[in-house]
Amino acid sequence: MLRLLQLELQKLLLNRASKVLIFISFILPFFVIILSSLRINFFGLFVLELGHYGIFNFPIVWHITTFFASQFKFFFAIVVVSMIGNEYSNKTIKQNLIDGLSKKEFILSKFYTIVFFSAVATLLIFLICLCIGLYYSSIDEMSLIFIDSEFLFAYFLKLVGFFSLCLFLGMLVKRSAFALAFLFVLFIVEWIIYGILTWKTNEALADKIQNFFPLKSMYKLIDQPFQRIVMSKVPNKQDFIYDFAVHWHEIAIVLAWTVIFIFSSYRLLKRRDL
Amino acid sequence: MESILTINNLTKKFGPVTAVKDLSFTINKGNVYGILGPNGSGKSTTLGIVLNVVNKTQGEFLWFDGNTTTHDALKKVGAIIERPNFYPYMTAYQNLKLVCKIKGVAYSKINEKLEVVGLLERKDHKFRTYSLGMKQRLAIASALLNDPEILILDEPTNGLDPQGIHQIRAIIKQIASEGTTILLASHLLDEVEKVCSHVVVLRKGEKLYSGRVDEMISSHGFFELQSDQQEKLLRLLEKDNSFGNITVEDKIITAFLNNPMNASTFNQLMFDNGIVLSHLVKRKESLEEQFLQLTDNK
Repeated sequence: MLRLLQLELQKLLLNRASKVLIFISFILPFFVIILSSLRINFFGLFVLELGHYGIFNFPIVWHITTFFASQFKFFFAIVVVSMIGNEYSNKTIKQNLIDGLSKKEFILSKFYTIVFFSAVATLLIFLICLCIGLYYSSIDEMSLIFIDSEFLFAYFLKLVGFFSLCLFLGMLVKRSAFALAFLFVLFIVEWIIYGILTWKTNEALADKIQNFFPLKSMYKLIDQPFQRIVMSKVPNKQDFIYDFAVHWHEIAIVLAWTVIFIFSSYRLLKRRDL
Repeated sequence: MESILTINNLTKKFGPVTAVKDLSFTINKGNVYGILGPNGSGKSTTLGIVLNVVNKTQGEFLWFDGNTTTHDALKKVGAIIERPNFYPYMTAYQNLKLVCKIKGVAYSKINEKLEVVGLLERKDHKFRTYSLGMKQRLAIASALLNDPEILILDEPTNGLDPQGIHQIRAIIKQIASEGTTILLASHLLDEVEKVCSHVVVLRKGEKLYSGRVDEMISSHGFFELQSDQQEKLLRLLEKDNSFGNITVEDKIITAFLNNPMNASTFNQLMFDNGIVLSHLVKRKESLEEQFLQLTDNK
C-alpha cells in the first residue's frame, strides 16, 4: 500500500502543474479561513471582524469551515482528472503495466492517493478549526468542543466520494478537459432529471430521489450553514429550522457511490486494450 | 531446453478484424528471437497480449514453467513497446526510480544501467529534452533494470537515424552476448538477420514459419559464375542434375543447387572439364529474398 502511494506521490509532486494545484486546493482555504478569522482594519475606515458574529464559535465552526473548505475541492479535482489524462496522453499507463504494475494496483495507487490527500485536508481543517474555535469560544470542555465534529468525517467522505467520481470520469474519457466537461454535464443532467421528476410527480418525492444522485448526495453531506447562522441570531426560530445534521443514510449513499466509481474504473481498465 | 514463454492457439479479434489468428510458438532460454512480419501483421498485438495490456480473445500463454502469474512474470521481464513512454517532466533518473518502485528493484541499479546505454552524464536532464535516440536508449536501460530473463523489444530502431540504429544494435548484441534471451519484433529484415538466431514469421496474424533463421527455406544456396567459355559452361551445368534453375543476366550465370555442394568442389569440377572461371561466388538467399518467397507462396 505504501509502495503504491509513494508511486503516485512521486508522479504528482514532480509535476509543477499538479504541485501548484495541490497547493491551491489545500493550502489556500486555510489561509482564507485564517485571514477571515483575523481582525482586519481597513485603513482605519472600518474594522472587519467576522469572529464578532459568532460564526467561529463551537460547535458551528466545524460546520462553517468544512462547508467553505469543501468549495476548494475543485482544484484537486483537476489534479485527479489530469493524473489519469496524463497517463493516457504520455502512454505511461501502458508502460506502467508492462513494467509489472497490475491493473488493480494501478487503480489502487490512484485511490490511495485520493484517500491520502482527503485525510491530509481533513487533518488540516481539524487543526485550523480547533485553533480558531478555541480562540473565539469560551468553551474549554472537551465534550463540548467536539459536538458536531462529525462534519469533519462528512468532509473527508465528501472529498473521497467526489474525487472517486473524477477518477471514474477520467478513466472513462481519458482526457482531462473532457472529463471536467463531463462533470459539468453530470451536474446539469442531475438538475434536469430533478426538474422532470418535480414536474411529473411532486417536489417532496423529487427531493428524496435527488438525494440519491452522486453530486447531490455529496453536497447533502454538509448542508449550507447560512440558515443555521441566521437561526442562531433570530429569536423566532420556528421559520428557519431545517435539518443540517449528517445522517447515516447520507453517508451510506456517498460510500456506495464511491465503491461504484472505483470498481467501475477498475472494470473499465480491465476490459480495455491499451 | 528451458522454455520462457509458450503461446498456444492465441487469437485476438478487434471487432470484425482478426489481428492474431491461432498463433502458437515457444521461446526458449538463451536464444535471440525475431518476430518478422509486415506492418499490421499482429506483432505488436501478440506482444501486447503476453505483456498484459491487450486482452486475448482465445487461447493461452504461459510464462516460464506455467505456474507463474503474468503479474509476477512481468517482474522478470523487460519490455519496450513501440515508442519510449516516460514522464516528460521527470529526469531520466527520476523516471527510472519510478520503474524501480514498480518492479521492486534497488535504486543502485539505475546508474549501472544508465552506464550500459551511455546516458549517465545526462541522467539529471528532463526526459522531454532527450532526442529520440536517447529516449530509446533510456527505454532499454529501464527494461534492463531488473536484470530480466527475457528482453522484449518492439521495433527498437523505428524512426532512428543510422547512428542511433547502430548504437541500439550494438547494445542489443552486447546484451545477447551476456546470455539474456531476446525477443525482437521488427519489419526490418536485415535487422533480424544481423541480430537473431531464431525467427517467427507472421502475416495477417498467421504464423508462416518458426525456427532457425538459416533453415527458413530449404535451399542449398546458389553460385554466381562468369567465364569466357560461357556456352560450354552452360551446356555442362544443364547436363548436371545437381543444378536446378539456371539464369543468365549480364553475362553472369546464376545456378541454383539441388543438393549441397561447396565452392571448391565446384571449382575442381570446372577445372576437370577444362573451364576457367573469372568469377565464382557461392551465396544463400538473403533473409529478404527468403521472406518474400515465404510470404508470396501462401
